Amino acid sequence: MVTEKARIMDEEAMRRAITRIAHEILEKNKGIEGLVLVGIRRRGVPLAERLAAQIEAIEGGRVPVGSLDITLYRDDLTLRSDHPVVHRTEVPFGIQGRKVVLVDDVLYTGRTVRAALDAIMDLGRPALIQLAVLIDRGHRELPIRADYVGKNVPTSRREIIHVKLGETDDEDAVIIEEVS
Amino acid sequence: MKLKSRDILALEEMPREDVELILDTAGSMKEIIYRPIKKVPTLRGKTVVTLFYEASTRTRTSFELAAKYMSADTVSIATATSSVQKGETLKDTARTLRVMGSDCVIMRHPVSGSCHFLARVLDVPVINGGDGMHEHPTQGLLDMFTMRERKGRLEGLRVAIIGDVYHSRVARSNIWGLKKMGASVVVCGPATLLPPEIEKMGAEATSRVEEAVKDADVVMVLRLQLERQQRGLFPSAREYSRLWGITRERLDLAKPDALLMHPGPMNRGIEISSEVADSPQSTIEDQVTNGVAVRMAILYLLLGGGEEK
Repeated sequence: MVTEKARIMDEEAMRRAITRIAHEILEKNKGIEGLVLVGIRRRGVPLAERLAAQIEAIEGGRVPVGSLDITLYRDDLTLRSDHPVVHRTEVPFGIQGRKVVLVDDVLYTGRTVRAALDAIMDLGRPALIQLAVLIDRGHRELPIRADYVGKNVPTSRREIIHVKLGETDDEDAVIIEEVS
Repeated sequence: MKLKSRDILALEEMPREDVELILDTAGSMKEIIYRPIKKVPTLRGKTVVTLFYEASTRTRTSFELAAKYMSADTVSIATATSSVQKGETLKDTARTLRVMGSDCVIMRHPVSGSCHFLARVLDVPVINGGDGMHEHPTQGLLDMFTMRERKGRLEGLRVAIIGDVYHSRVARSNIWGLKKMGASVVVCGPATLLPPEIEKMGAEATSRVEEAVKDADVVMVLRLQLERQQRGLFPSAREYSRLWGITRERLDLAKPDALLMHPGPMNRGIEISSEVADSPQSTIEDQVTNGVAVRMAILYLLLGGGEEK
């Protein structure tokens, strides 16, 4: 059974986290020159869109946003009896020489990010890749670290972090659930 | 998501949900074909064998590229230069391939039903690359994918299939598949080239091309299989062209936005005029590209996952 344990972010907290990350991205990259955002499907995509809107509000310029499907890059396909549905990768701009910020909702083992790095490299050779996540919940299995983190949430492996976004769910919230 | 079918043998027996899953997955796969680096690692370590007892460039290349774009290894066996010439049976050839570690066998064979036989003796997925006059399911799927991509739907489309329906496994797969997806099909050709049982498959039949083409959403022209015409089922290529060839005037009887399809290779000037083959209505090149995407989807869905062993 899954029970809701705590709400660790509401709409307001999420908005503030995204605003802060947008500022950090601009500060670290000294503006939007050569910058692109790539969201990892599914919830990384609306988060990337929100970051782009926030960056535009601060800097006055639009940063291109793409979406990446990493299903075909997973290393656990043969361990699953079900096939993850393959969605479309849509990166309608060149990656070559650009500064790519990968965006995802939760950073956990690091395997999704590893797959996303492979997928990005297959599209071209970026100047650099950075990683922005809304929640870092720890338990890394690979040497991967995010450049921008909305909130660090130490969790146990039994817990589930559920990020809800208005675009894909009914509300903006981050919830910790526990399997008992 | 998971395919209900373990093999891809015929569209007649394929559940509708499988058709939908393959077409949806192919839509996502197509993007990979246009990338500068056409390679994803999803089938790394898998081996796909193409076993072709009949000549084919298009289908075999399409399968091989699909496998390679997903990082599978491919082995292609043309039986003209293999042990089949020494009298090895199909069953033994297949078992040899299996014990060498192949994960999937794609077969084309002149005998109808041979792929079903192969699927019974092998414990890895078998894909029918065309069996005699029976079916060519992946061609049917890529044709349906092309129609759905251009028209946005299959339900309610009126599809005219023109030509040598009798010898055509492409026509049979399309009729089964399209009927399953809610389209209506009319077939047309010389009476000698229309199979007698065709209406039982749910298709209308006519020998008058104007009647078949009228108000069609899709006009699918079949290749006149000159190599199968020794028995003289029509008088001459010239007369065939005059009575059943698809020309501008005939295509204009279809809906203004009708698609013109052909599974290739074309006999220009016989079943299809060059003018219409190269017109914007023609989807012939799209069909080839979509063939790779559909076959990528099939290989992914058959080989991508599985129970942990």
